[in-house]
Amino acid sequence: MQLSVNCDLPETLPASLVDLRHGDAAILDGIDLPMEDARRLMELGFLPGTQITAGRSAPGGDPQVFQVDGSEIALRRETARRLTVHRKKTKVEAKPRV
Amino acid sequence: MSGCSDCSSCNSATVVEFPGSRTAPKAVAVIGPPNSGKTTLFNRLTGLHQKVANFPGVTVEQHTGIAALPDGRTIQLIDLPGVYSLSPRSEDEQVAHDVLTGRRTDTPKPEAVLLVLDSTNMGRHLMLAAPILALGLPTLVILNMADDLRNRGGRVDLEKLSAELGAPVALVSARRGQGVEQVFDFLAGAMLKPAPKELPILQDVPKCRQWAGHVGTQASYRAPTPPKWTRRLDAVFLHPVGGPLLFLAVVIAIFQTIFTVAAPSQTAVDWLIEHSGKWVASVLPAGLFKSLLIDGVWKGVGSVIVFLPQILLLFLFIGILEDSGYLARAALIADRTMAKVGLQGKSFIPLLSAYACAVPAIMSTRTIENKRDRIATILIAPFMTCSARFPVYLLVIAAFIPNRPLLGHFLSIGAAAMLGLYVLGFVVAVLTARVLKSSILKSGRTPFLLEMPSYRWPTLASLGLRLFDRAKVFLVRAGTIILLVSVLLWGALNLPYTNGHPPEIANSLAGTIGRTIEPVIRPLGFNWKIGIGLLTAVFSRETIIATLGTIYGMDPEANKEGLQAALHHDLSLGGAFALLVFFAFAMQCISTIAVVRRETGGWKWPVLQFSYMTVLAYAGAFAAYHLIR
Repeated sequence: MQLSVNCDLPETLPASLVDLRHGDAAILDGIDLPMEDARRLMELGFLPGTQITAGRSAPGGDPQVFQVDGSEIALRRETARRLTVHRKKTKVEAKPRV
Repeated sequence: MSGCSDCSSCNSATVVEFPGSRTAPKAVAVIGPPNSGKTTLFNRLTGLHQKVANFPGVTVEQHTGIAALPDGRTIQLIDLPGVYSLSPRSEDEQVAHDVLTGRRTDTPKPEAVLLVLDSTNMGRHLMLAAPILALGLPTLVILNMADDLRNRGGRVDLEKLSAELGAPVALVSARRGQGVEQVFDFLAGAMLKPAPKELPILQDVPKCRQWAGHVGTQASYRAPTPPKWTRRLDAVFLHPVGGPLLFLAVVIAIFQTIFTVAAPSQTAVDWLIEHSGKWVASVLPAGLFKSLLIDGVWKGVGSVIVFLPQILLLFLFIGILEDSGYLARAALIADRTMAKVGLQGKSFIPLLSAYACAVPAIMSTRTIENKRDRIATILIAPFMTCSARFPVYLLVIAAFIPNRPLLGHFLSIGAAAMLGLYVLGFVVAVLTARVLKSSILKSGRTPFLLEMPSYRWPTLASLGLRLFDRAKVFLVRAGTIILLVSVLLWGALNLPYTNGHPPEIANSLAGTIGRTIEPVIRPLGFNWKIGIGLLTAVFSRETIIATLGTIYGMDPEANKEGLQAALHHDLSLGGAFALLVFFAFAMQCISTIAVVRRETGGWKWPVLQFSYMTVLAYAGAFAAYHLIR
């Protein structure tokens, strides 16, 4: 799963979903998981280019809920680590995709 | 399965006539992603006319139901498992795919499809429309949860959406029953083959999502605002400190209620069974038939039916937790703890339920999608101290362990022993899970994905239907397997029948069997009488009390003191401990064995589980007998 993303903002840092704190939003770049698992995540809305907002989590921060494509999906850290994102400098309100 | 090419031929809409006659119900499949309210709609359409079974050979549950049309015709509805796509990867998707394409011989090929989607999340849910429409079957696209869409300011142009999809569209609220008549109209009327404007390549998920987005834009879809109440409630239920505390409170409340509220209702059912038995006894002439009916059927089946209130109560709780959306949050909170044993959050509720009864617990493992995690949960569930062990523990502890205070007023030795047995079962379950998950049931790196549905009020209709369903399953079993076993036991205790009198129990068929197995159980400190008890307990644990009561010629309920005293003749202190350990570990429950076979789709797992637990019980009892003499 690779997708070239236009990183025109100098502040954007390569990161993964685990780096997001509650309320942070970021754009998904790629999923570093076997094809089958990546497909499953994509069917749930984790598509490259989609905005993901970190939500609440279980005590201890694992698993964590993410708001993506109109739903809320919980992932364990071990999975969230494999989803690379680039962060936006400012917090952005989740815009529902149609 | 490439989408566009398949459908080039069906651009001109053709009317499909049903070949079926008025008597043979036409089959229509109901499909939709998880959390689309598919089951709620299915319940709306079929009501009480449902049948639950397993698709042969797989663990996927098959729900079929009969929908009655206003004109009197009936249609068979097949509720397919909730899936996100039709690409056959998981077992659920495989079954959905095979049923829709007519590859399953056990299910009629559907002649039409009801596609249920969540209207509040139409963009993502429409992705499933692509592979469904590509099948070329007459399809009604049902946008469910219309009430939520409206209340949260979303909208959609149904005519444009229908034009874009080339299929009729209905906006309904299955929970409130709004718009459901459109579904009946579709089922009753002439059905058109879908003729969508375009379909994406089904294998390409981003393309499918793009297509879904495009269709939504064409239909002027405006997504609703995020659910305000769900966010507010999650701030409480998923609070770093308050969340786990509330979770514990919920767990304790369920546990406590099952034990306390269920007791009076059980007494009531017990009373009903006893008095109906007495009434039947009073109207029947004395004789063999009366003995069979009262001693065999009434006592045997009755001893199992007393658990009905507990089971219904448990399913009421699970129903409320699941329908409200809290179950997903509970699974999230429990996930880390369960992960330490190699299991996952979704295993928690089934294991908790197993403290009441392993049968509903094993049925509730259906919420676990990962097959290996599900089987591991099924295999360890019977180690949890179920309510059928409770009376056995109570009897043996009362007979052998003096009720002296251990920690002042807080804990007596008897209560500590009871607690110890609960802990023992739990520890063995955890160890077994670890062993299983690091060997035969090691699951790959399948990521744990848990969708958090919005909170919703559970409806009375849906809860009622669940309870009705479970009660039916339970009573049918009591009326078949358990009835048969009870009759057989009665026969074994009354044979050989000489000179019009039943034999002494020691000389009866059951007694002979007991004495035959005595050498095997002697090393555990059990004699043949306990042996008969163990054998009948294979059918259900608490039966041993009734059996020993019969053997000692006493009424077990009315004369506990007598039974306790009599036990001292047959068991030493070591033997009593051995018996407790044996009951803690052994899989003495025919219902559990049956339900494991049903849920795992074969004999492999129940046989393995029964063998493992029996070996463990024998070894544990042997150790206990020789350590405590």
